Order: sequence, then C-alpha cells, then structure tokens
Amino acid sequence: MPSVRFRLNGAETEIDADPDRSLLDVLRGQLRVTGPHFGCGAGECGACNVILGDRAVSACDTPLWSVADKDVTTIEGLGTSEQPHPLQRAFITEQALQCGYCVSGILISAAALLKRNPSPTSREVKEALDRNLCRCGSHNRMVRAVLRAAEEMAAG
Amino acid sequence: MNQQAPAAPALPVSLAANPKLSAWLEFSGDGQVMVSPGKVEIGQGIVTALAQIAADELDIDLSRVQMIRASTASSPNEGVTSGSLSIQQSGRALRHACAEVRRIFLQQAAERLGVDADALDIEDGTISGPGNVTTSYWELAGEVSLDRDATPGVKPKTASRRALAGNSVQRIDIPDKVLGRPRFIHDQALAGMLHGRVLRPENARAKLMELKEDGARAVPGLIAIARDGSFAGVVSETEHGAEAALNALRKGATWSDGEPLPDENELASFLKAQPAESTIIDKKTAAQPGTVARTIKRQYTRPYIAHASIAPSCAMAQWDGDRVHVWTHSQGVYLLRADLALVLKLPVEHITVEHMEGAGCYGHNAADDVALDAALLAKAATGRPVRVQWSRQGEMSDCPFGAAMAIEIEADLDERGEIVDWRHSIWSNGHAARPGRAAQPALLASYELANPFPRMISTNPPQANGGGGDRNSIPLYDFPSWRIESHRLTTMPIRTSALRTLGGQGNVFAIESILDEIATERGEDPVAFRLRHLRDERAKDVIRAVAARAKWKPEKRPGIGYGVGFGRYKNTGAYCAAIAEIEGAEEISVRKLTLAVDVGEAINPDGVVNQIEGGAIQATSWVLKERVRFDRQRITSTSWTEYPILRFSEVPDVEVEVIQRPEIDPVGAGEAAHGPVTAAIANAVFDALGVRVRDLPITRDRIIAAMELSS
Repeated sequence: MPSVRFRLNGAETEIDADPDRSLLDVLRGQLRVTGPHFGCGAGECGACNVILGDRAVSACDTPLWSVADKDVTTIEGLGTSEQPHPLQRAFITEQALQCGYCVSGILISAAALLKRNPSPTSREVKEALDRNLCRCGSHNRMVRAVLRAAEEMAAG
Repeated sequence: MNQQAPAAPALPVSLAANPKLSAWLEFSGDGQVMVSPGKVEIGQGIVTALAQIAADELDIDLSRVQMIRASTASSPNEGVTSGSLSIQQSGRALRHACAEVRRIFLQQAAERLGVDADALDIEDGTISGPGNVTTSYWELAGEVSLDRDATPGVKPKTASRRALAGNSVQRIDIPDKVLGRPRFIHDQALAGMLHGRVLRPENARAKLMELKEDGARAVPGLIAIARDGSFAGVVSETEHGAEAALNALRKGATWSDGEPLPDENELASFLKAQPAESTIIDKKTAAQPGTVARTIKRQYTRPYIAHASIAPSCAMAQWDGDRVHVWTHSQGVYLLRADLALVLKLPVEHITVEHMEGAGCYGHNAADDVALDAALLAKAATGRPVRVQWSRQGEMSDCPFGAAMAIEIEADLDERGEIVDWRHSIWSNGHAARPGRAAQPALLASYELANPFPRMISTNPPQANGGGGDRNSIPLYDFPSWRIESHRLTTMPIRTSALRTLGGQGNVFAIESILDEIATERGEDPVAFRLRHLRDERAKDVIRAVAARAKWKPEKRPGIGYGVGFGRYKNTGAYCAAIAEIEGAEEISVRKLTLAVDVGEAINPDGVVNQIEGGAIQATSWVLKERVRFDRQRITSTSWTEYPILRFSEVPDVEVEVIQRPEIDPVGAGEAAHGPVTAAIANAVFDALGVRVRDLPITRDRIIAAMELSS
C-alpha cells in the first residue's frame, strides 16, 4: 500500500492507504479524527470541511493524494477546550447552533474566511458560508458569531 | 348550584407513568446529581432546559447536574420526544419529582440535625439551619431511599422563587459540538466495531429478484453478506470496505419494477381520488344562521416535504446470544424497542435500546429504520458491534416524508363580507407512522424480509393529542359556524410520517391565506381583521406585539410586500404571530421575519428564541424551495442539488419577541413558527405582486402560473 504524508493539525502524518480514497474516509477511518462529519459524500453540504492550505474544502471529495505534503486543519486543530479559537468562543457565546452536526464544517469555512479577510461584512460572511448547509435554521446566529470573533481577533 | 369537590391533585402525566423517584434522579458520591429524563436531545436544547428545572427545584448549582442519556435499561418511559411536549411532560414531571425529593431530604435533615424542617435552608445542595448546623444531599444520600413512589400534592416552588428557570443559561451540549469532540452517534467507535451497509432499490418498493454476491465477496475486509428476502446488506471490517462491497453488491442485484408512484404535478387530484377514511373533526352551529350573499372557495396544497437531516441516519447494534443492544438517535427508545421485538421475535427484556445524539431530525426520519438495519446486519457479526449509516441518497428517498396535503376552504360571506359559515376539508395521508404504537412494526426493513410485515399506513393522532392532518384546522376565530372534515388516505404509495407540525403548517397556511383574502376584499387591515375575530387575549397579545415590533403596516414600496400570519400550535400550545417582509417579482426573497411568541413560562428564553428563529428559517426554506420530486417509478430528489434548502445568502433577518408569562405552565416552541411564517410569506407575496399563490412551494413557476390564472 502506498503511503501519503501530510501535516494534520500541525503534526506530521503518514498514512498507508489507497491515494484515491477520500480524505474524509481516511480521517474518520484510520486516523479516527471525527470532527469532520459525513453529510452527503458529494461536496454539497460542507459538513466535512477542512482547511487545505488556506482554503476550506470538502474532505469527502478531496482525494488523499491531493493533500500530499500539504497542511490539513480540521475542527480539532482549530482550538482546544483550554485554548479555544475565537470562533469557537463566539459560537458558544452566541449559542450559534441547534443540533450542531454542521457546525464543525461551518467553523472551518469561517476560519478560512477570517484568515484571508479578518474584518468581513455580514454579506461576506454569508457568501463564505453559502456552500455550508444548516437544516436547523441557526444561520443568523452563526453569522453574528463569526462577526463577533472577527471583532475579538481585531481587538487582539 | 351543585358544588363539586375540588379534584384530587394528580401527578404530572410522565410521573404518573413512572412514579419511582429514583428513576428520575439520584445523588452520586461526588457532589453530583444524576438526572434521567425519558426525553432525548435532538438539537433543541431540551436537556439544558430540564437541567435548569432540576437545579432550580433542588437548589443546586447547574454544574452539579449530570444529564443521563435515555436508555430502556434504566430511564423512565416517556414515549417519544415529539410534538413540542418535552417541556410540558418531562419538565413538569422533573419539577414535581425534584420538589418531592427536596422535601424528603429536608425532613431527613431535620431529624438528623434536631431542628424543624421549616427552619432549614438549601444552598447549592448544602442544607443549613439555626446554630450553623449543616448537612447536604450527598451526606444524607445513604440514609434516604428514593425507591419510593412520587405522591400527588407536592408543591414546586412558585415562579418568583426560581433562580434558573426564566434565564438564558448556556446549553450544556454546545462546547463539545464547537470543539469537535465526539458527541454524535456517528462519531462513536465501539471496541471491535464493524461497518454495515444496506442495499436498497431505486424504484419504489422493488423486490430483489436475484443477487450475485461474487463481486462483493472479493472486496477486502468483507465479513458477511446478509440477505433475507429483499433485505440485503454487507458487513465489513472498515467503513470504506463496506461502501465498496455495497457498490459491488448493487451491480449484482436484479430488481422487480416496483410499484407506481403518483403524478407529482397532479397532487391534489391524486389525493382527492384515493380511498380515504373521512372524519368530522369539529362542527359548530350558529344559533341564528346568517344570510349568505356569496361563497368563496379556495384550494391550497403543500407537497411531500423531506426531513432532510444534515446527517444520514446511523445506528449500532451488538448481539450477545439472544440479546441485542442497540445504540440509536431515535426519538423514542421504548417505542423502537417494541418494534424491534416484533421484528426480531424477542421478548422486550432481551433488547436494550440506548440513545445517542444525532443531527436534528425534525420528526420521524430514518433513525428507527437504520436501527433495525443494524440489528439485522449485526446478526451476521458473531457478537461484534456493527455500525450502519445510510447514504445521502437513502436519507432523501427511503425516509418517511411529511405528507402532501390538499386543503379546501369554503367561506360563506354575508352582504357586508363577514364570514357566516366556514367549511374546511383536508385530503392527506396520515401524518404519523411511528414505531411502537401498533401490532405491526413501522420499520422499513420489516417490509423487505422474506416473510414481510404489512406496510404500515400512516394514521393521525386523535384531536386530543393535537390531531394529524387535521392539526390546527379548527379555527381560533369566532366564526358563527363551521364544519371541519379530514379525509385520511388508506393507500400510501409514498411513505409518510411525522414531520414538524404534522398538518399544522398546511392548515395554518390555508386558513390564514383565505382570511387575508377576505380581509383584503373588505378593505380591512388584516391585523385588525384578526384581532376583531379573536377572543383569546394571549392570541391578541402576540398579534399586537408583532404588529408593533414590525411597525405594521410599513408604507408601500414597489417590489416589497408585507404579510401577517398567526396560529396557536395544536390550538393548545404556543401562540405565535409572524410578519414577513419579502422582495421580488418572479423570484421571491424573504428579507425579514418578525415574530412574537407566548410559550407561557419560558424556561430558557434564548432557547425559545433559538427554536423560533430556527423554525422560521426552516419554514422559509419549505415555502420557497422544498418539494420532494418523483417520477412514476422513483423518488428523484435524492441529493442537495435536487432537493435544495435555504442557503446562508437567502436567509432572512429574524427578530423574535418572547412574551414571558412565568405564572403559566410552559409549552414547547419548536413547531410554533412554521404555520404562521408560511402564511405570512404567502400573504406578503400577494401584497407585493397582487397574486395569490395557493400551492407550495412558492417558486418562480408557481408565481408565473398564478399570474397567468389571475390575468
């Protein structure tokens, strides 16, 4: 079995797997990284989003070979309970979810947005999250939480 | 006049059914309280609200409350978590149970400390009295047995003495979810766990005629292929292997043609032509019938709507001899167990069903179906646990759907345009086919076995429980007479079961739409019209509140429309009024929704706002976009492309005002907004464009069709 090397949440990772398998399958399967969630398997819902380099991509339609030597960040790499990412703090403050199944992918999309645009408008946040689906109707709270995190990060 | 003796105090329903206090709570050695509700978290925040109630009544800090997930091994049996009843049922039971436990401990403390119980106080579980004597729940726990039945007549605290209820505390499940800690059933891994997948036909109810297994057998990691009639599936060492084996198995499968589906473009005529069971839901006769000058008759329809959970349904099962343990995100662990017992032909004591959180389900989705799938596949796994997850396609096509409805209202008007008689008829499949309530199972795989169970035809809950297709069909207005009739189909080519509000969304849409039309024809403001026909002050209050908040009615601007809708969920639950502001010509966008809601005592006001906001946005999605698509053979809307839902850029601003009534028993909020929001949007479309769209969803095509019809 060929092996693929990449950096997962900052840690050098080497995995023996068919390079044509999806990144999501390998993350949730062999690597037991369960933050990215399976939603559709077709890149249509964003529940499995991860940051690849500096972009949010759906891990379900990203082949393993394409992440070779790259940086992959999942929700687990965003922050910890001791040191949560400002987005994670803001989502708690705003109680910005209902069931929360989509939220790890949404936090990832938002984190990628804030990296390239630290002070987005509400419209820009909505555009950045437009490929993420939420079925519970927590959208407005999520947008508020992203704006709150951006402000907090700007204030340092 | 005869004086009736006051009724003996009764226990809350859930507590009467599960009277043992120890079933509800237990004090652990380390200063914690284990609270066991029979209701489950489905993303609505119920577990937090119930923790608030328990902490309040016991006088302990919220952080001491450990909420135990429901399991048939130990939890009180509270049926199903549905119908916006959890606060009403579980909340009242817990409040009563905790109040009684508090009193029992105070009596025990009084004996031990030699002081009067009335002189004792509790602060964060520490019981103290005059002369600095102290003890605590945990010190006394060994001396007090809670293995006793609750007694009626215990008085919980008055509203003003509650410290937590009425406050927006943070939900206890949220930190895990934003930190990506495994909390969902999908993210659990049991020791030695295998993965299963089930093969299902594309064409509706097609039978598996032939199955070539060679391809699947060649896939590495395969443990077993299971087959029983038309039910077939694979078990593999890995999830990836299970997917690959399933794909191979699909290639080796030959199916029958299946059973025909109705014409998706002729839903109303299909529904009206089917054999049905007809029921008069309500009849009101005027003392003096008014004079009918004219009659207006309108037909409204709504399509089949998918639950469309973001997560495909998932379950795990493990056999130990003739006993099976099932992990599920079902809304009713005991009800699922009853159906599993029917299919697996086991006594219920041999089955343990344990809840784990899933994604939002919005009603009866495939949670229960996949649990049976797992139990059947796990039979082939020689004692190892098997995890089964459905595909997106399965989730969108094999789940029960919210039932399509055709609703006809005829209103007789007198010469002044006042309503003198009202007739409301509903044609729809039943809105409930949940497990555990009949002599036959409601689980998909049970219809596919070699010795299949008959397919369950959905029924409607009785009006006393809010009704089904007829939910919210009895007018809340003071019309002098009416007749409400429901025709429940006795055939069911498309599987239906409970979706949020059951028939409530369709009926409120119909009632509030025709009222808007009647008010407009009279030249009367639709808010004033509604207020004039309501007698219930709580109903009027939500309408007045929403009108004030939305500054009803804003000045007319081109391309912008405003509409109002009102309902009281199930006619007995939460009051909700909505005003929609929409923009558009052929493509409608909802810019803003303003809502006012009265749930009685709002235990967690932000939780109520969250539920109302979510309901309002989901309803907007239903109204603008959602419709299960099918041809004559199969469901075709099997992906998010074919079944689009509202996206971030399309979501309206939502403002919610909660009218707090701490003295009135609380009711749920999760289904209050859908009907009023649906009607408000439809009425706003008329305000903007001058056309009435009476068939949901309100899409570009439907608007054009309505314009052509009215021109």
